[in-house]
Amino acid sequence: MTSSMLFNATTLAYMASMVVFFGFLASRNQKVGLAGSLLAYAGLSVQTIAIGLRWKESYDMGVGHAPLSNLYESVVFFSWTIILIYMFIDLKYKYRIVGAFVVPFALLGMAWAQLGLASNIEPLVPALQSNWLLYHVITCFLGYAAFAVACGVSIMYLIKAAHEENSSSSVSAGGLMSLFPPTRVLDDLNYRAIMIGFPLLTLGIITGAAWANYAWGTYWSWDPKETWSLIVWFVYAAFLHARFTRGWVGKRAAWLSIIGFAATIFCYLGVNLFLSGLHSYGGGK
Amino acid sequence: MTTKNRDVLQSLWDFFCSLKLTMFLLITLAITSIIGTIIPQGAPPPEYVAQISATKLQVYKTLGFFDMYHSWWFILLLYLLTVNLVACSIKRLPHILKIITHPTTTLSSGQEQSIANVASIKSSEQPEALKDRISSFLKSEFAQPVITEVDGAWHLFAQKSPWCRLAVYIVHLSVIVIFIGAMIGSLFGYKGYVSIPEGETITKIGLRSGQELDLGFGIRCEQFSVSTYPNGAPKEFKSILTVLENGKPVPDYTNARVIVNDPLQYKGITFYQSSYGDAGTHFFTMTDTEGKNSVPVTVPGTDSVALPDGSSMHVTQATDDVSAFAPGLSGPAAQVEVHSTSGATDSFVVYANHPELNVSYAKQHGSKLVMHYKGAQKKMYTGLQVAKDPGVWVVWLGCFLMVIGVYVAFFMSHRRVWVRIQNGHITVAGNSSKNQAAFQPVFQQLVDKLTTDLTKEKTR
Repeated sequence: MTSSMLFNATTLAYMASMVVFFGFLASRNQKVGLAGSLLAYAGLSVQTIAIGLRWKESYDMGVGHAPLSNLYESVVFFSWTIILIYMFIDLKYKYRIVGAFVVPFALLGMAWAQLGLASNIEPLVPALQSNWLLYHVITCFLGYAAFAVACGVSIMYLIKAAHEENSSSSVSAGGLMSLFPPTRVLDDLNYRAIMIGFPLLTLGIITGAAWANYAWGTYWSWDPKETWSLIVWFVYAAFLHARFTRGWVGKRAAWLSIIGFAATIFCYLGVNLFLSGLHSYGGGK
Repeated sequence: MTTKNRDVLQSLWDFFCSLKLTMFLLITLAITSIIGTIIPQGAPPPEYVAQISATKLQVYKTLGFFDMYHSWWFILLLYLLTVNLVACSIKRLPHILKIITHPTTTLSSGQEQSIANVASIKSSEQPEALKDRISSFLKSEFAQPVITEVDGAWHLFAQKSPWCRLAVYIVHLSVIVIFIGAMIGSLFGYKGYVSIPEGETITKIGLRSGQELDLGFGIRCEQFSVSTYPNGAPKEFKSILTVLENGKPVPDYTNARVIVNDPLQYKGITFYQSSYGDAGTHFFTMTDTEGKNSVPVTVPGTDSVALPDGSSMHVTQATDDVSAFAPGLSGPAAQVEVHSTSGATDSFVVYANHPELNVSYAKQHGSKLVMHYKGAQKKMYTGLQVAKDPGVWVVWLGCFLMVIGVYVAFFMSHRRVWVRIQNGHITVAGNSSKNQAAFQPVFQQLVDKLTTDLTKEKTR
């Protein structure tokens, strides 16, 4: 058995989970919802084993390093953290339907990684040979994943809020929308996910600065990646200030959360694809 | 006049205390920061300058877009943010400190209306006895209460972690601490670069500002090497360095290994492996077409040297074995570029084992001088980033404060419980500085437990 086979199984599990969640939306049968969650957790377990196996495989090849060194590995890890954060929110707050809006992000990542990215294990270039790699990547991606969950929840919020506005005069037919948690809860979940993500992003930026200082003697050099991570930090800092002190809740908070995640995705992928800098994910430095 | 002045000051103060300003600054910083990730920073490369119009270039230069993170307006935004968060903190801190140090220890009926969680229990027991029992209950189940008697009513007040209200201000402070650290770094530290050929010693480095700095000690590069993985990708860039004081090696800093991600630190100055290159010396001789009147010419690394006839030359490429490039030939060869006094540039290959080719090339080009390659002495140079930053520990202190502050601000709350015993009615009220949703069940549990405790005792 190879890690590559397990990653394929993971992708299938996430796809099945998403389909079942859509079935849940249609059927409103709680058992179907449970099956959706369980499929996502099964995928997460297989993926965890696969990541461990890939780690071991790299040692067998004599170039042992944590599987966080190139775009393929980072996208796979991003998917893993998204489902991990989803599991945390699902177990803690028990709004299963959130999965229908979060699992697709993870599936998208896995499908892209498996179909479109080079998956061979490469030796680590000198610049990445440091324990800081592990701390920096884990904190950043857990933060990104929490923002992904917040974005999914915000999309749900906007759908539900729009529906409530349209049907406010007539008697609400219930239907699909009755599955969605109340807008108040979605708004709260959005905030809670960001509350998890913001400290992790802060830690991610700090570990990045510490590593840069250790390896190059400058903790901050306004490299595009650094700058974009700061932009993301500014957006969520604005979100928090607006919420705490100016009462920006509901729609405006949902939009800020979606903008924040768009900035996050640009920070993660856009910077590598469109701009130059130090984070060239295995593209060689 | 004075009132007018006061009005101006007051409105200035209000401006800096406003959260609208905070939002404006955070969003503006986020948006403007994008500019520097799109427009190249530092001296614009010629290809970029060629792409944009002259007016655009002038506008960008005026607005400082080529060094935008150090431009006056970006720095001004950062200063405004600092003033804004200091002003906000000063405005709100006294109120917060008062809540912490002088809590409201009694529960008035007006207050009761504004508190989210209120419950009431009936009891016919003596108020005195009730007070003592509820006090010990709160002590064991929540926190040690403060007891006050007002107009025949007993008030009990207990609270948990009031100090966590300060966490937000710790985060604000941490931002300022980080800025101070950055300033210390830019005032008392420096960043520079030095390249050292193998076997040579340097005592001076070039700073980013363009100046030269005397280190006060020497650094000798003993060796530089690159190792590769089987697939040819670089595995390790390694310099072996020795620190010299008054020309003598310092014992613990002799043959120190410096690789990427593992720098050398000496006297607060850190040396980072950053680049490398060829510093080998090439040897040539110039003869006449008969091969007589030989004159040696030494060309160090990629330097340009003057030739006897006034022209200059440098080596663009060299090899130990030319057969890979020119089948049938052998031995070392160098590709050189010669700039004649007339301004013409001539690029050609000079051989070590094939003097006849060198002669025929010279004859073809009507030159009286023939150049022969005599091989090279192999040598690498190491490029080191040099940095001194006495402010870095202040920055880490700021980061530490920020992480602690953000954690406490998000995940802890100041929880308060009031109990009033009056006319056989026990009123319990409670609130939390944040996350009321999580506090509500905690409060309910507390009330339930108190109710059972009180009734249980009575039935016994």
